Amino acid sequence: MDFTFSEREEMLRKAVREFAENEIPPKMEAMEETGDFPEELLKPMAEVGIAGVITPAEYGGVDLGYVARTIVLEELGRVCGAIPMAMQVHHMGCAVINDFGTDAQKEKYLTPLAKGETMGCVAVTDPSGGSDLLGMKTTAELKGDKYILNGRKCFITNSHTSDYWVVIAKTGEGPKGISAFIVDKDAPGAKAARKENKFGLRGANTGELAFDNCEVPKENLLGKEGGGLGVAIKTISETGRTGMAAVALGILTAVYEEAGKFATERVLYGKPISTLQAIQFYMAEIYSQLEICRLLCYRATWLKDHGMRCDNEGTLAKYYTCEAAVNAAKTGIEIHGSYGIMKEYAIQRLFRDAMVTVPAGGTGEIAKVVLARTALAPFKK
Amino acid sequence: MERIIVCLKPVPDPKQWDEVSMDPETQTLIREGIASVINPLDKHAIEAALSIQGVLGGEVVLLSMAPPSAASTLREGLAMGADRAVLLSDRMFAGSDTLATAHVLAAGCRWLGDNDLIICGNMSIDGSTAQVGSQLAELLDLPNIMHVIDLDLGEDGSMVVTRKIEHGFARLRGALPLVISVRKELNKPRYTSFTGILAAESKEIKVLSNEDLKISPEVIGIDGSPTKMAGIELRRFERAREKLDGSVDEIVESLAGRIYQYGII
Repeated sequence: MDFTFSEREEMLRKAVREFAENEIPPKMEAMEETGDFPEELLKPMAEVGIAGVITPAEYGGVDLGYVARTIVLEELGRVCGAIPMAMQVHHMGCAVINDFGTDAQKEKYLTPLAKGETMGCVAVTDPSGGSDLLGMKTTAELKGDKYILNGRKCFITNSHTSDYWVVIAKTGEGPKGISAFIVDKDAPGAKAARKENKFGLRGANTGELAFDNCEVPKENLLGKEGGGLGVAIKTISETGRTGMAAVALGILTAVYEEAGKFATERVLYGKPISTLQAIQFYMAEIYSQLEICRLLCYRATWLKDHGMRCDNEGTLAKYYTCEAAVNAAKTGIEIHGSYGIMKEYAIQRLFRDAMVTVPAGGTGEIAKVVLARTALAPFKK
Repeated sequence: MERIIVCLKPVPDPKQWDEVSMDPETQTLIREGIASVINPLDKHAIEAALSIQGVLGGEVVLLSMAPPSAASTLREGLAMGADRAVLLSDRMFAGSDTLATAHVLAAGCRWLGDNDLIICGNMSIDGSTAQVGSQLAELLDLPNIMHVIDLDLGEDGSMVVTRKIEHGFARLRGALPLVISVRKELNKPRYTSFTGILAAESKEIKVLSNEDLKISPEVIGIDGSPTKMAGIELRRFERAREKLDGSVDEIVESLAGRIYQYGII
């Protein structure tokens, strides 16, 4: 077992940290106020390699793999969770096309994504629910050389900042009646509809997509007709959940730093409150959670990089880290006392941001359904 | 343009300065556990070199006098886009002051051959002497321009350099070769890209000792350094506090006196 990062990975971390610390803070006030993603950051992020970190070099990426991606998302999340939230979904958009796209689709769509000309977006959730995939109502019907899409997608990250969306829709009944499509935002009948107003991760754009007899060329089918469930599940469980886990890990790191800073600076009874055992216990809890989550997140992505299955580990990392980030942020607020609920202090934003990671990419309950299956497998008779 | 040399110094990460302490015996900084980074102004020097290279071509070589562990800091400079690095590392160089350092760097420049331009950061963030660039120029018998805040390439191959002076700036035209020392106003250093990190892995870091450079021991290291440290102490700057006693009138009068005394009004 080797738990050390390579020199390359350390340099990567340093490079992203420098970028994030310099470029993101000046945008944060506007992000909090407007809820808009700062699109002007997309190109510089692509120049560094953040946008194309998992994309093959032949399509303009750097192909550094998922451990590298976790480092990237963690470091961005340490400064502001909304940016890696948008980026992780962008990576999902890249991964889904790389995994299931034809050469022509990869050529057309992957290169602009790696160059930061647009953002990736995967739209699975219907208003009828994201957990119940088979219950979705959005349909796609083949008519001549076009699919006609009807329905709505909701809670879609990057809905309004992407030029094209990977949309999952019903082409029949049952698990084999679901297909994936690349839909151009300017396709007839396609519309980026309502923008959501979230209380956390404000700078990551979330919204609805509406399809009213939307015409999608036949060649925009992603993967095989009827193979959409596999497309969705692989992308969500391998790229989406490990990504959400890394975003939450970044937030958790920030919580640890903010709480530690406050505890050592705030003086009560003539001494910093970090000398009080109650506060020390809080710090020990946050620190333990951070270390546990780091191991979970990097193990899941290490498996992925080594060509092993990581769906269970990715789900575990996502479920545990998102919960841990919320709990740590709550503890962080308690360390801050009343300052913790004031907008001037970052800890309240971290709490809001952490909370948003919990339902994103699959609720905790869905994660437990997956994990229970693994937990009980050895005892199956 | 054939070659641009950028002098690079690894310095303790300013973000960890709170953790740096002083060894009372040796009167040197205890750097253990403190990460090294490229001296911030040297990043501006690298950026300047890469920009010039973008127009005029040639190679950009990083040159550093430092312990062998500095290779990782040089690797970061290579990741920014420099072509290769030369690390001058020898126990004999330890304890060098600015002049002795300049002797070592000058030997490194001569070892490299003909150099068109040598770019230094105006000063290092840890020593802050701002002497090495000028001393290096003197030893190489080249002109030196400090406090550079703008660079333009003249049509005739000359370099038009703007340097900051006390109440404004001066614009100078200089023929190459030159040694310039740059300030942060000159440019915004590029971020290290992931492709740069990958490319840096196969770039050469040549380590040279004094066996290669053959500098007289009389001008290098602690014994070759004309600067002798008399002493060093940690100064703490705290707000002056004074409690004024007496009746209200006495306190007011005393306070007013202090206000005049300290020139507040």
